[in-house]
Amino acid sequence: MSTAVEPRGWAKAALHINGWLVYIFFYAPIALLVLFSFSDNRNVGIWGGFTLDWYQDFFDSSNARGALSNSVKIAIVVTVISVILGTMSALALERFTFKGKKVFDALLYLPIIIPDVTMAVMLLLFFGEFFDLLDMLFGLQLRKGFWSITISHIAFNISFVSVIVRARLSGMNTNLEEAAVDLYASRWKAFRHVTFPQIVPGIAGGALLAMTLSLDDVVITQFVTGPGWTTLPVYVFGLIRKGVTPLINSISVIMLLASMILVVLSLFAERARRGG
Amino acid sequence: MTVTSEPSPESTEATPQFEKAAQRKESRRGFLLALPSYLYLIIFFVIPLVIVLVYSFATRNRFGGTDLSGWNLASYERIAEPIVRTILFRSLWLAFLTTIICLLIAYPFAYFLATRRPAIRNVMLVFVMIPFWTNFLVRNFAWRVILGNDGPLTKTTEFLGLGTHELLFSQKAVVLGLVYGYLPFMILPLYAAIERIDGQLIEASRDLYSSGWQSFRNVLLPLSMPGVIAGSILVFIPSLGAYVTPEILGGAKTTLLGSYIVTQFLTARNWPFGAALSFVLMAIMLVGTVIYFRKGGRTL
Amino acid sequence: MRNNTKLRFVAAFAALALIAIPACGGGGDDTTAPESEAVEETPVPEEEKASCELNQVDGDLALYNWAEYIDEEQLAEFAEEYGISATMDVYDSNEAMQPIISAGNSGYDVIVPSDYMVSILIEAKKIQPLNFDVIPNAANISDDFSGLYYDPDGTHSVPYQWGTTGIAVNTAVVGTDFPRSWGLIFDPAISGDFDGQIQLLNDPRETVGAALKYLGYSLNSTSEDELNEAKDLLKSTASRLAAFNTDSADEFITQGETVIGHGYSGDMFVQFLEQENYEDYLYFVPEEGGTRWIDNMAVVFDAPHPCTAHTFINWLLSAEQGAALSDWNYYDTPNQAALDLMANDADGYYDDLLDFVRDPARYAGGIESLESIEDTGDFETNYADAFVEAKG
Repeated sequence: MSTAVEPRGWAKAALHINGWLVYIFFYAPIALLVLFSFSDNRNVGIWGGFTLDWYQDFFDSSNARGALSNSVKIAIVVTVISVILGTMSALALERFTFKGKKVFDALLYLPIIIPDVTMAVMLLLFFGEFFDLLDMLFGLQLRKGFWSITISHIAFNISFVSVIVRARLSGMNTNLEEAAVDLYASRWKAFRHVTFPQIVPGIAGGALLAMTLSLDDVVITQFVTGPGWTTLPVYVFGLIRKGVTPLINSISVIMLLASMILVVLSLFAERARRGG
Repeated sequence: MTVTSEPSPESTEATPQFEKAAQRKESRRGFLLALPSYLYLIIFFVIPLVIVLVYSFATRNRFGGTDLSGWNLASYERIAEPIVRTILFRSLWLAFLTTIICLLIAYPFAYFLATRRPAIRNVMLVFVMIPFWTNFLVRNFAWRVILGNDGPLTKTTEFLGLGTHELLFSQKAVVLGLVYGYLPFMILPLYAAIERIDGQLIEASRDLYSSGWQSFRNVLLPLSMPGVIAGSILVFIPSLGAYVTPEILGGAKTTLLGSYIVTQFLTARNWPFGAALSFVLMAIMLVGTVIYFRKGGRTL
Repeated sequence: MRNNTKLRFVAAFAALALIAIPACGGGGDDTTAPESEAVEETPVPEEEKASCELNQVDGDLALYNWAEYIDEEQLAEFAEEYGISATMDVYDSNEAMQPIISAGNSGYDVIVPSDYMVSILIEAKKIQPLNFDVIPNAANISDDFSGLYYDPDGTHSVPYQWGTTGIAVNTAVVGTDFPRSWGLIFDPAISGDFDGQIQLLNDPRETVGAALKYLGYSLNSTSEDELNEAKDLLKSTASRLAAFNTDSADEFITQGETVIGHGYSGDMFVQFLEQENYEDYLYFVPEEGGTRWIDNMAVVFDAPHPCTAHTFINWLLSAEQGAALSDWNYYDTPNQAALDLMANDADGYYDDLLDFVRDPARYAGGIESLESIEDTGDFETNYADAFVEAKG
C-alpha cells in the first residue's frame, strides 16, 4: 500500500476539515437514532426519559429476533459467494480477453441499473415458474425461503463487487504481475502471491458493500421470501407501516452491533490467518 | 491492461504456434473465470428479465393481474405522456445533482483517507461504513427527525441566530437524503483508485507543476478516473431509481421515477406499464453508461 | 463449450420454454387472470372446501398479516394450545401481498386482506371457500357485517378488524370551532392559517376519495369528470401540505409537524392515548362521509395446512380472543360476542377502549355516511394516474 502525499498549506487544512465534517454528517443521524432508542415515548422525536423498554421489546419479540438472525445468515452466505464470483468477474474483465467479453461486461451492469422493484417482480415470477419446472421435471417440491432470497441477493451483488474490484485492478501497475508470471511456474501462484494481495482492499470494499446491500434489501426480499424467513429490513418496513416507534431504533442499534461484531470477527480471523 | 502472452516454461523462444496456443490458453482462462458468473446471471437475471419484458407488452386485466394474451405497445406509448416526461427530467436532474455533490465531497475525503497511515486507513474506512449497517429506512427517519419543525437542526440554527428553516419535505431535503445515502458508494471506489496510485508520481508531479491545482488536474485526476467513473455510476443510477428518500424526506410531494415505477407495480397494479417504464429507464441508463465510458476512455 | 453465441441461444430457448410451459399447460400458478384459462374448453370446476374436523390441526400455521396487527403472545397462545408452531410474516400493503399469493406456492395459510382485495381474490380464485362447519364461532360476528359487498354470501372470508379513515386535529392549536367537514383540509378559507401543517394520506384511493366525498361524490366514482374535479382540487391543495404520508400521519400530529392530519382511526387512537395531553387531540370522520374499511381473514387457495387455518380463524373469533385482539391493536371489532364481553367486564377494564373507539359521535355524518372502498377494476389506474398528476 502506498500512502498518498499530503498537500501543503491551506489544502491540507481543507482536507482535514472536510474529512471530519463528513464523519459528523455520517454520524449525526446515527447519534440521534441511538439516542432515541432509549426514549420513553412512542413518538420518535419526542424525548420521554430514559428507558430500556424498546430493547426489551426486541428481545421479547421472537419475530424480531428471528428476523435479525435470518438477515445475518443470509448476509454471510451472500457476501462470501458474491465476493468470489465478483472478484473472478473483475479479473476476467480486467486481465483477459475472450470471446463475448463485451457482452459479459454489459451484462454485469444490468443488475446495477435495474430498479429494485422491477427486479423484485421479475424474480417473483421467475421463482414461481422455476419451482413449477423443477416440480414437473424432478418432482422436487421447493418453496421460497432462504435460498430464493440468497440467490436473489447474489444476483445483484456480483455486479457491485466486480465494479469495486475493477476500479482497483484497472490501471494497476502490472509489471509486478508480469514479473511474477515469469517467476512462478503457475499462474495461480502468481495470482496468489502478487495480484491478490494488491487487490485485497478492493475485495474488502466489495465485501463490505455486498454485506450492506444484502442487510438493507427490502423490496426484492419481500417478494421472494417464504414463511418464517422475514428479514430484519422487511420486518422494520412492516413495522413502519403501523407506526414509527423507537422500536425500530432499538432494532437498528442491535443490527448495527451485530454487523460490527461480524466485521471485528472477520478482522480477527484475518489476523489469525496471517499469523498475528 | 491485459496480459496476452505467457512464456511457456519449456521453450527457450516463443514461436508463432506457441504464441497462438498461449493466447488461446489465456483466452480460455479468462472465459473460465467469467463463466460461473455469466451462467449465474443468465439463469437468475436474464431469464427473469425476459419474463418482465414479455409482461411489458401484455395488458392489465381488471384484477390488476396481467393478461398475457393481447400483445400491444400501449404501455410504451404512455411514455410519451407529458407527466412521464416531467417525472423523467426531474429525476435526471436530481440524480445528476446528487452525483456532483457526492463527487465534490467524496473526492477530497477519499484523498484524505489515502493520506493517513495504513493502519489507521482501514479503521477509518470501516467507520465510514458503520452508519450504513443500520437500517436504511431508519436512517431516513432519523433525518426526518433532525430536519423536523422542532428538531435538532432548527434548535441549532436558532441558537446560532440563523432563524428557522424550511428544509423538511422539500426537494433540498431529498437531495440531502440521497447524498447521505449514496456517499459511501462514491467514497469506496474513489478510495480504491486513489490509494493504489504510486505516491512518487504525485511527488514528481508537484515538483513538475507550479500549482497544486495543475498537479491535480494533470496527474491525480486522470489517474483516479476509473474511481470517478465507477463512483459516479454507483451514485447516479440508484439516485435515479430512488423512492424511499423522496417519500420520507420529500413528503411524497414530488413524484420521481423510482416512486412512479413502484406505484405502477404496487398501488396501481399496472404491471405492463411498470415493466415498460423499467425498460425505458434501463435503456436510458445503459446508453448513458456507454457514453460516459467512452468519454472516460474505457471501452464497453 | 467455447462458443458464447451458443450459450446465449440456449439461454434464450430456456427463457422461452419457461414462459411457454405455463401458458400452454394452464396448470401453472402464475398471475394471469382466470379469463385466459376460462376461455378454454372445460367449465371451471367447483371449488372444494377443505374437509376438516372441528379444532383439527394438520400442521403449523403460517400467517401472513399486517405488522403489529396481532400480539405475538396471542399467537403463541394459539400455538401452545394446539401443540403446533405458528409463524407470522408481514406485508405492508394489499397490493404487495396479492402478487405473492397469486404466484402460488407462497407457503402461507391465512392472510388478512382488506375489503376490496377480498373481492379481487375471490374472483381470481386465490382464496378458498371456507368450511363453516368448523368455524362455529362465526356466529359471534355482528349482523352489521353480513351481506358485505365484497363477499355477499360470506363464503370466503370473515371480518377481522375494522375502522375508519378521517381527520385528526390538534385542537390546542386549531381550536374546536371548525366545521366537521373535509373542508378543514381542502378549503383555504377554513384552514389557510395552517398551510404547511396539513397532511394527506399517500394513498390514491383514500386521498382522491376524500376529495370526491368533499365534492359530494361517491369515493368509488368511475366518472372521468368527477375524477378530474377531484384531481384539480387536490392540485390546488398540494402546495398547502406539509406532506403526503401514510405511515406517520399519527406521529406528525403529536410531534407538531402537522396540526391537521388524515389518517386511520386505530393508529390515531393509540398515538393520542400515549400522549400526556391526549385531550388536545380530536379524531372524527367528516359529515360528507369517509371510508369505512374492514380487514378480513381468508385462507389461501393453496394453503399447506388448511385445517390449521380454519381452527385458527375459529379460535380468534371467540369472545375472549376477539376482545384481546382489539385491546391490543385498538381497532374496532366486528365480533359481537367480544363486544358484549368487553361491555360487561366487571372491572371496567375495557371502558377506555370502548369509549374511544366506539363513540358514534365520531362519525359526524352518522354511520350511514361511511363508504367502503370498492375495486373499480380497470378504472383503478385512473385513480393512480390522477393522484400522480395532482402531485405534479
